[in-house]
Amino acid sequence: MGEIALGQYYPSNSILHKLDPRVKFIGTIVYIVSLFLVNTWIGYLFCAGFLIVMVILSRVPFHFILKSMKPVFFILVITMLFNLFLTPGEPVVKFWIFTISDQGISMAVRMGARLTLLVMGSSIMTLTTTPNALTDGMERLFSFLKVIHVPVHEISMMMSIALRFIPILAEETDKIKKAQIARGADFETGGLIRRLKSMVPLLVPLFVSAFRRANDLAMAMEARCYHGGDGRTQMKPLRYAGRDYAAYAILAAYLAVCIVFCWRHL
Amino acid sequence: MLIELKNVCYTYGAGTVYEVSALDGIDLQIHEGEFIGVIGQTGSGKSTLIQLFNGLMKPTTGQVFFAGKDIWADGYDLRSLRTHVGLVFQYPENQLFESDVLKDVMFGPKNQGLTPGECEERAKEALRQSGIAEEFYSVSPFELSGGQKRRAAIAGVLAMDPEVLILDEPTAGLDPAGRDELLNLIKHLRDKRGITVILVSHSMEDVAQYATRLLVVHEGKIAFDSSPKQVFSHYRELEKMGLAAPQITYIMHDLRERGLRVDVTATTVSEAKRSILMALSEHRSLSTD
Repeated sequence: MGEIALGQYYPSNSILHKLDPRVKFIGTIVYIVSLFLVNTWIGYLFCAGFLIVMVILSRVPFHFILKSMKPVFFILVITMLFNLFLTPGEPVVKFWIFTISDQGISMAVRMGARLTLLVMGSSIMTLTTTPNALTDGMERLFSFLKVIHVPVHEISMMMSIALRFIPILAEETDKIKKAQIARGADFETGGLIRRLKSMVPLLVPLFVSAFRRANDLAMAMEARCYHGGDGRTQMKPLRYAGRDYAAYAILAAYLAVCIVFCWRHL
Repeated sequence: MLIELKNVCYTYGAGTVYEVSALDGIDLQIHEGEFIGVIGQTGSGKSTLIQLFNGLMKPTTGQVFFAGKDIWADGYDLRSLRTHVGLVFQYPENQLFESDVLKDVMFGPKNQGLTPGECEERAKEALRQSGIAEEFYSVSPFELSGGQKRRAAIAGVLAMDPEVLILDEPTAGLDPAGRDELLNLIKHLRDKRGITVILVSHSMEDVAQYATRLLVVHEGKIAFDSSPKQVFSHYRELEKMGLAAPQITYIMHDLRERGLRVDVTATTVSEAKRSILMALSEHRSLSTD
């Protein structure tokens, strides 16, 4: 429960934490693009080096970044295995129906490196930015979509509310679960069907309470004259500072180097 | 002795940076038939304490005994413990889930493994005692009024026929009439069924009127443990803990200061009335002499 409640954000006061969320969002996209631009060992080393510098700057303990790898670890392994066995080329090892080619090895390692850097790189953003700052930044970045009538503000408001409610609902689940256990409910034993059935006393009150909360929140928003995005000002509007422009410059330089790598096939 | 806590400590998030000590070295004995009031500031550890009684929380260190047996010993049946020690959480109406009231109340007995007939009997008995009229048995619990929902939820715990009934602020959010009704119901249950009651409350008046023993929890420790009268005589210390004595205690102290010889340990309105009338007649006879 605690893990959900705290989210991914790691509170600190580093330069990366202080950056504007828009810079971090664009930076993450630039980093992902760069990973697909480079295709050589030197290129990957360069990207990895950049990531290491970011990790050090973020002052987030490295094991937190490693933890972000956990959910994709399985996909990573499968991707590497498929590349290892199914890439045609000069065979190196052969046994039974499996062949491992030199191309396969190089492909698997490169794919693994790319995926690892990708996940770690984007985790830097979520680790150094609060969910609210992130939705704020995204709202501003995508506000140009308003021209084609995309309800950007409404979408970002929905995201903020959803994020805000995750810890509340987790706590509520815990409470209801305890109340039902106190009435003798058993959530742990039994087969699949029995366990699914035992979830009913947990899920029904949870849904009822979620709807009640949604209702209360809507009422509270109405009472404060909330009417959507038009003409709405923010308490802390996002403003670029000097360090944000500097960060954009560094990102541009980084992307340029990656393009050179790609172009020269280094 | 029914429940015994021996040197119990509870720490939230033990071993992480977010470590918070909720209870610290609690020694406590609860006897059969007691009506215990538990008071304490928000965050003092009351809610943690009551969840230790039925094994919903495991103490970080220390032992919990029920009827002489260590409930965290290997092979102890915690589920059967929870049928002996019924716990009604705050806002228990949030736990209702069945399609009608009777079925919801039957949930507890069903989990105890009773036959459908026995379950229904138990449920009806509990509903009757909780003051829910028969016409509501087949109604969806979500259609009841706030006070009725609360009573239906409490009936859901009563139907398990517990020996100990723990209630965490059962009167929160009820109107004065609903509050009195509920507290009288609890008192009635204790008198009639002989169950032990542990009542967590923020109302000093309520605990003064109903409890036979009062526990004051402060910063994870038990600050006072004795009769309500004795506890409330320390009202200055209680105030420092963010608590207070019943209003009537303050009035009695004021009257005493102004020269009326009243009993300052009175904690309920009826006690105070008697004492004031007596003091007044004494006063009058003195002044006529």
